Amino acid sequence: MTTTEVPKELSTPPEIGGIGHSLKRKEDARFIQGAGNYLDDITLPHMLHMAILRSPVPHARINSIDTSAAQALAGVVAVVTGADLAAHGLAWMPTLSGDTQAVLATDKVRFQGQEVAAVIAESPYIAWDALELIEVDYDQLPPVVDPRQAMAPDAPLIRDDKEGQSDNRCYHWEAGEKEATDRAFAEADTVVALDTHYPRSHPAPLETCGCVADVSPATKHVTIYMTSQAPHAHRTVFALVAGLPEENIRIISPDIGGGFGNKVPVYPGYVVATAASLLIGRPVKWVESRSENLISTGFARDYYMHGALALKRDGKILALRVSMVSDNGAFYADAQPTKFKAGLFHIVTGSYDFPAAHIVTDGAYTNKAPGGVAYRCSFRVTEASYLIERLVQNAAYELGIDPAEIRMRNFIQPEQFPYHSPTGFVYDSGNYPAALKLALEMVGYDDLRREQEAARAEGRLIGIGIASFTEVVGAGHSTDYDILGLKMFDSAELRVHPTGKAILKLGVKAQGQGHETTFAQIVANELGIPANDILVMEGDTDNTPYGLGTYASRSTPVGGAATAVVARQLRDKARKLAAHLLEAAEEDLEWEPGRFFVKGAHDRGVTIQDVAFAAYTNFPEGMEPGLEGVHYYDPPNMTYPFGSYVVVVEVDAGTGQWKVLRMIAVDDCGVRINPMIVEGQIHGGLTEGFAMANMQFITFDEDGNCIGSNFMDYLIPTAWETPRFELGETVTPSPHHPIGAKGVGESATVGSPAAYVNAVVDALAHLGVRNLDMPVLPHKVWAAINEAGARSAT
Amino acid sequence: METTITINGVARTFDVEPRVLLVDLLRTRAGLTGTHIGCDTTSCGVCTVLLDGRPVKSCTVFAVQAGGREVTTVEGLVKNGELHPIQAAFKEEHGLQCGYCTPAMMLVGTALIERNPDPSDEEVRWAISGNLCRCTGYMNIVKAIQRAASEMRHAAEGSTVG
Repeated sequence: MTTTEVPKELSTPPEIGGIGHSLKRKEDARFIQGAGNYLDDITLPHMLHMAILRSPVPHARINSIDTSAAQALAGVVAVVTGADLAAHGLAWMPTLSGDTQAVLATDKVRFQGQEVAAVIAESPYIAWDALELIEVDYDQLPPVVDPRQAMAPDAPLIRDDKEGQSDNRCYHWEAGEKEATDRAFAEADTVVALDTHYPRSHPAPLETCGCVADVSPATKHVTIYMTSQAPHAHRTVFALVAGLPEENIRIISPDIGGGFGNKVPVYPGYVVATAASLLIGRPVKWVESRSENLISTGFARDYYMHGALALKRDGKILALRVSMVSDNGAFYADAQPTKFKAGLFHIVTGSYDFPAAHIVTDGAYTNKAPGGVAYRCSFRVTEASYLIERLVQNAAYELGIDPAEIRMRNFIQPEQFPYHSPTGFVYDSGNYPAALKLALEMVGYDDLRREQEAARAEGRLIGIGIASFTEVVGAGHSTDYDILGLKMFDSAELRVHPTGKAILKLGVKAQGQGHETTFAQIVANELGIPANDILVMEGDTDNTPYGLGTYASRSTPVGGAATAVVARQLRDKARKLAAHLLEAAEEDLEWEPGRFFVKGAHDRGVTIQDVAFAAYTNFPEGMEPGLEGVHYYDPPNMTYPFGSYVVVVEVDAGTGQWKVLRMIAVDDCGVRINPMIVEGQIHGGLTEGFAMANMQFITFDEDGNCIGSNFMDYLIPTAWETPRFELGETVTPSPHHPIGAKGVGESATVGSPAAYVNAVVDALAHLGVRNLDMPVLPHKVWAAINEAGARSAT
Repeated sequence: METTITINGVARTFDVEPRVLLVDLLRTRAGLTGTHIGCDTTSCGVCTVLLDGRPVKSCTVFAVQAGGREVTTVEGLVKNGELHPIQAAFKEEHGLQCGYCTPAMMLVGTALIERNPDPSDEEVRWAISGNLCRCTGYMNIVKAIQRAASEMRHAAEGSTVG
């Protein structure tokens, strides 16, 4: 078993730059000079360009497709339809959640924007021109756009392609214990319930998805440059889809312009471009437009949730009951741990200690884009955290207890860890009261409540919202976590060169998280080699060890652990080499960052660089030469980052607009490897949480038309709207991670939406308002205020 | 049609279709891939370049419209092998994560500093409000632009005194 060695604060000097140093990022040098290498920057000799024809309607039978005019356009090399792919057995592909998805539609289209045909041409302009010349004859079918309607017995069947599928149910999954929960509800003094919709959202990284597929006509070797958060898993899927020998497939994921879960699924465009390159014998580039990205690639959320808390009069929670219907679109297409059909939604008991919970989840197919991706969250933790934090806030109002106090009364206490939750999680560590206490101090909570009262007396609406979230990240141990059977380990390969510089190769793949710096710092901490002397390589399946990729905040918990372990293995070998060089016994050596020395004789020592040189030039007889190793890390448990956020808003009663006055975020992600990068991650997450609470959603009209297919309709906050953030931290190391780290990339997206919404609801709580669904648009707030006014007038 | 554009100080002549967008010309004909594409609708701003010193979204400018004019891209920020102060400041303040919006943000920042050498937090936020970032939450971008402004003011004072 791996031991946890929580690094002492700044155990390495700045010139080594190990854990705890806010090292400036190594990757920045290329990005600030416009020398990043993103997918669309790749141009290969004789490269062709592909554009995709998409369905304008959400549900229709395809009668015929006429591609003759498109074929005839000068510069068009090929037009591909589903029938062409079917001839090669490629019309359908498996998804990472064990479903199937049409690559190009053959029988029906099932959502607006679905891939119907592809044009391959000499230039992207010609390819787009040719799309206009393809004639498709559709017989429209009634669309199903609401998952609750989709579950009705008379709803039109969407997935008639699936054998044995007689309704639109995508999955049914339960967690917890029904009987124990029912008993607790029978004993409750009061029950607080909430129905809420977590709206459909889209990760919308600024770089859209795309690929350049390059199949060598001579060798049939396939190289695919791809916007991929999980290149190794994608290679395996390609081998399975196309029946290609896996050693002949190389996936290179270059610099990625943001991912947030959007670049986890395998998209039809990747498969079509690869098939086209194989058939034509030239490289084929496909890059989505923004509209294509928003209407067809992995969306997130779209959960209709009902939650109820059973409570004692003193605010103590007895049990939680949840039912949820998720809208999974036409194909369940995101990466999904096989065992957990609704992801990790059953973490919905949150930061609170109570004995019973029962969670019933149902997924529905609808005529909407496929997916259900975990947008900057670990498999549905975001929806779960939102529901419990909204419920607890409402319970406080119903019982007349302060929202901070009711949390304090129910928190899992520090001494209860490892904590076994009623839905089966084993929380590794935490100190929830400390995080909330710090957040309350930072915001000046007691004074603020008094100011709120005074403001109300003047007719001003101030609201204070709290969220004390717990996440579950770092999937995950092989006993419980796999995707398509692939266990969710991750890997690190470390080679120290003769001159003492090193290269670290990882199975994960950054999209802005700063791995080239952070992971070098882990090695620096363990081996004493300066972080700036360590090159970090990711995203090339031929040149990195196998791993499941970067999403669900798993890079540091899993890939970071693999890195620490392999570095320790090399240090063990280095000790043997040092003993040989110093002509001393191994056990007589002591280690300080970057150097072994003989106990009691500090000046009798060798540096790690001396040792590295000796590994290639002067090693003891019988020892294997070199200083390198690889480690595949199977985590013993998930990690459980947590935090407490407090948001203060002012609501304009006349317009319903709300403005964030303060946003305090206390995060505990265990040991922070690079505090600067951690804070940057938190800033980004708080912004995306604000986006969802304030403006960012994708909806559909009743005919299944996507409203929100471009950045003029799908609103993303600019610098002007985005609040200023005040950050605080507590550090509770993970007891099972080699360096005590937990992962932080998604904490703020998970925790903050409830804090923002709780703040707006709090501003109106005295009017009897208990819920506002996201995004909390001004018209909803205005209506809530006016309905409350009408209620009090009658 | 033939058009001559001065790109990063060098006059270059291209034979282009009238419908070709400036961003496409810069990326595929001039080989300057530091200017990115993010939305096609003038919304996200990652394609921003300076046209005669003023920020424009190059996905909404035809290449021929830049004929006879000066275009500055991110590749033109380094002078004599030295990073522009705004480049150094973005690194120093952790003003970037995935790097996709960064070239545009830096160019907008330099244009702002040009006309306002000491911009406030609000002034920076307003100036970059046509440019989206999905990673940083903007706080460190604002700090980076203000840091660059400060460095450039001090450099200017130094050269005046010297």
